[in-house]
Amino acid sequence: MNVLFALAPALPLGKSGKFVAAAYIVFVVLILVYVGIMAIRSERTERELAELQRDVEAARAREDERERETVNS
Amino acid sequence: MPSTTYGKGLRSLSLATIATIATALVLTFFYAPLDADQGFVQKIFYLHVPLAVVSLCGFIFGAGLAIGYLRTGDRKWDMRSYVAIHMALIFGIGGLITGSIWAKASWGHWWVWNEPTLVSFLIVLLLFATYQPLRFSIEDPERQSRYASVFSVVAGAFVPLNFMAVRLAQQYVHPRVLTLGGGNLPGAMRLTFLVALLGIALLYVTLWKYEMTAKYTRMQVRRLRRTLLGEDTIRPSGRSAAPS
Repeated sequence: MNVLFALAPALPLGKSGKFVAAAYIVFVVLILVYVGIMAIRSERTERELAELQRDVEAARAREDERERETVNS
Repeated sequence: MPSTTYGKGLRSLSLATIATIATALVLTFFYAPLDADQGFVQKIFYLHVPLAVVSLCGFIFGAGLAIGYLRTGDRKWDMRSYVAIHMALIFGIGGLITGSIWAKASWGHWWVWNEPTLVSFLIVLLLFATYQPLRFSIEDPERQSRYASVFSVVAGAFVPLNFMAVRLAQQYVHPRVLTLGGGNLPGAMRLTFLVALLGIALLYVTLWKYEMTAKYTRMQVRRLRRTLLGEDTIRPSGRSAAPS
């Protein structure tokens, strides 16, 4: 970090530095919030997919049982 | 089953975005010289201006996609337009907040009402902020898509007109560093700005594709449920601003 600061053209981390930091933090926070919301949505889709898989398997099991009953009778 | 895949190339695009934004940050803080007038606080320029430019271009992009819907009636164009405008709004809010921070640092005020560029940007942003409530207010999906597309085209056409009107205005408080004649940015600053602009533009495209992929996947899951288990197994999603 010290090397980076030595390379930088005299970073004034005083009053103006706070404003610059605030602007870039706002940008990062905005992206993070967006990614967070998208992650929640992805989770919901994943849940819906798992639910669909469960329902399809249950429907198939019901169908198999019906077929077996038809064969038995 | 439609063959559209929005996730294609998303990984390489994401990597390109990260690399470009990282390069832009390095150039901003370690290469671009300090501004003689504003000093260090001018570094906000490399974030604020690309966000604002990409946001305005995003609104125009959304309008272009809405034309696609009006021409074809295919709802995938409406979805694309919706996501484009939604993303442009997020970038616009980012541009507005960073601009406000910059204004406070260099002018001493969070907002300056007699500055045409600021106020015109706010007008555009507020105009597009009504896009979501407009969609939400219309229940019928077909009408929702059609009305929203017409709105997007008209509001999108307003963006360049608004930009030109501000450029033609006499009172210039906002610095004019980018003009068709090359502007007055020194070489190192211009290079940094262009890389930052490319980075933010790539970020916009990446997030647009990311959201389109997520929405399209969800739609496909619902379609699959309908095909495998029947229409009655779909839970009603209720009124929504987003195309379904």
